Amino acid sequence: MTNLFIARLQMAFTLAFHIIFAVAGIGMPLLMVIAEGIYLRTKKPVLLELTKSWSKVVAVLFAVGAVSGTVISFELGLLWPKFMEFSGGIIGLAFSLEGFAFFVEAIFLGVYLYGWNRISPLAHWISGLMVALGGAMSGVIVLTTNAWMNSPSGFDLLNGKPIHIDPVAAIFNQASFHEILHMMLSAYVTAGFAIAAIHAWYLLKDRTHPTHRAALSISLLVGIVSIPLLIFSGDISSRRVAELQPAKLAAMEALYETRSSAPLVIGGIPDDKTMSVKYGIKIPYGLSILAARDPKATITGLYDIPRDEWPNTALVHLAFDLMVGSGFAILAVAAWACWLWWKRRELPDTTWFLRALLVAGPMSVIALEAGWVVTELGRQPWIIYKIMRTADAVTTMPGLIYTFITYLLLYLILFSVVVVVLRQHLSKFGEGFDDPS
Amino acid sequence: MIHPELVVAGILGFGLIIYALLGGADFGGGIWDLLAFGERARQHRALIINAMAPVWEANHVWLILVVVLLFTGFPPAFAAITTALHIPLTLALIAIVLRGSAFAFRQYGTQDDKTVYIWSKVFGISSLLAPLFLGMSLGALSGGEIKMVNGTPANGFFAGWLTPFAIGCGIFAQSMFAFLAAIYLTNEAKSDPELQADYRSRGLFSGVLLAVIAMVVLYLSKTGAPVFYTRMIHQWGPWILAVTGVCEVVTFWGLKERRFAIARIAAAGVVVLVLSGWGIAQYPYLVTPGYTITSSAAPPITLRYLLIGLGSGAFILVPSMGYLFKVFKFRRD
Repeated sequence: MTNLFIARLQMAFTLAFHIIFAVAGIGMPLLMVIAEGIYLRTKKPVLLELTKSWSKVVAVLFAVGAVSGTVISFELGLLWPKFMEFSGGIIGLAFSLEGFAFFVEAIFLGVYLYGWNRISPLAHWISGLMVALGGAMSGVIVLTTNAWMNSPSGFDLLNGKPIHIDPVAAIFNQASFHEILHMMLSAYVTAGFAIAAIHAWYLLKDRTHPTHRAALSISLLVGIVSIPLLIFSGDISSRRVAELQPAKLAAMEALYETRSSAPLVIGGIPDDKTMSVKYGIKIPYGLSILAARDPKATITGLYDIPRDEWPNTALVHLAFDLMVGSGFAILAVAAWACWLWWKRRELPDTTWFLRALLVAGPMSVIALEAGWVVTELGRQPWIIYKIMRTADAVTTMPGLIYTFITYLLLYLILFSVVVVVLRQHLSKFGEGFDDPS
Repeated sequence: MIHPELVVAGILGFGLIIYALLGGADFGGGIWDLLAFGERARQHRALIINAMAPVWEANHVWLILVVVLLFTGFPPAFAAITTALHIPLTLALIAIVLRGSAFAFRQYGTQDDKTVYIWSKVFGISSLLAPLFLGMSLGALSGGEIKMVNGTPANGFFAGWLTPFAIGCGIFAQSMFAFLAAIYLTNEAKSDPELQADYRSRGLFSGVLLAVIAMVVLYLSKTGAPVFYTRMIHQWGPWILAVTGVCEVVTFWGLKERRFAIARIAAAGVVVLVLSGWGIAQYPYLVTPGYTITSSAAPPITLRYLLIGLGSGAFILVPSMGYLFKVFKFRRD
């Protein structure tokens, strides 16, 4: 258990925690804006009640997300000071802009949550819109910093130090477009399906509950629109990763041998020692088509990448298949919803469909986390691809195990209390609402 | 031509001051929440929650702004600070994490007495500890014990922040925030004369305590932060000390005469002067003695873009913040 390993593990779990709340902070405001917007148009009280009930959930998630985000910003320095020393002047600008977007979001959330009786309905809705926009903007900008780690640009190297720094070029690096597209869509997919799953749970107990029904329709809509786009963006990402980070692609696909007409391997257990994949389903030409749109294209295998630059193939491949598999499963559920709607012209709420949602919700969270495992573990051993190794970036402070255990306990407490608080809120969901019919 | 690194450093200092005025008041509120006693304790707590609830999220973003400006504008200094002061910064962070969550959960969780009590205590104690560790870290920057060699602090990871001077700075931060919060709360308690009187006396008490601690810290800086001491005693420091003293006296007068608006401005003035005074006494060091504003600065292009970004951001941010305060602080139904 080296210091490096502990630092990586800590960063991993604090980020894995934070991303859930960040996604909530991006996706849920959109849901609220839609709900409140429809209310302003139709004046149906159930939608006002839905907006208010959802906003209580958002308040809790946002508070925890802000706190976990503060931890990340500190951890950048506490765990990776050498990384920050190198890249602060390059990607700091993006972090500053993200800070502003988040600041605006926080301000308008304060207005939104507490200003119901103090401002006009339109002003209130616009405040909600600002929250959704602020969340989206801050997500977009902060993703450019992660994209930069995968595809660094905007500087030259002299004796291991960056010169000719151009922070704007760093923001518009080669990986930004596909990372932003893919992650923003995944935020809406996860928010949509996770929230839909929660409301499906309550609907299974009482199919007629008006607020849960309204909630399901809006969250499902957002999820259904987003999932096909997300899968399409995944296709774009695969091809970009093939160009920009062949080692990551090779690990994702468990491709050891550089070859043309590369098959796609689904599942299976990669074995670095024998450089082969045990079991697994091989689809001929699959990888060449996916990565380069040409069945005869040559794809670099791990064999042609220096051994000390290999990511953890087994974990990256497993995570990748988990992500893609979940994505397609969610697509199937979305298709099912569309078919039900087309057949019956009302909110899909059959027992089996709702049960499928109960699975799709957690799957969207698993896909989210698995995707981040792919991209972060797939970039190892680099913290800045081909520029700085993670091992060279870590703090010299010893005894990280103590803070690690403290944070772990802290986050476990945090997480369990979030669950308790949310269950409390959700059990009273829509209770202020009196259906006049 | 003004050097961009000076402007960024100035904005960094400004951000720190705003954080102290807003977030610091939140910490102070938490401290009074912890110390609430007597028959009106419950009302005290309600008052504090009402004052903090709409604004505390936005208030604490200033801390992140300070962190981000530091690593964008002065990366080597950031690396040195987060390495050498890893321990107090981690402790402050843990307190901040607990605090934020406790506040949210106390409000939104189950409202039975026992749960509320536990979260209140967590909220209060972490509100007490966060300023302590932040103050100790700030004091360590002046102390001169932080020396980085090959990316690691030559004097170890316990140097600089456990000196009497640094600890004094931590305690000073606690009392300063409590002082500030007490006076803010006299304004929040306008509609309840008894509560207002409670915070009036707390303001007076913490103000006196603050003055005493200030003198102790100044004395400790003689050995604990000699460069800082020299500036405060011998050069233009006495002027700042004098004006700060005047502000404190005006605060007392305002409290005594129940002119709470004046007391509030004067109390804020104390905080601004204390932090500005510290910043100017520190100049040009970010970390005494090895890191100055100029030596740690990011390249000019980064600083220029940063200033442009900050400027454009301010265009959106300042009116938004104004709107927030207008909706909640100035429109009392």
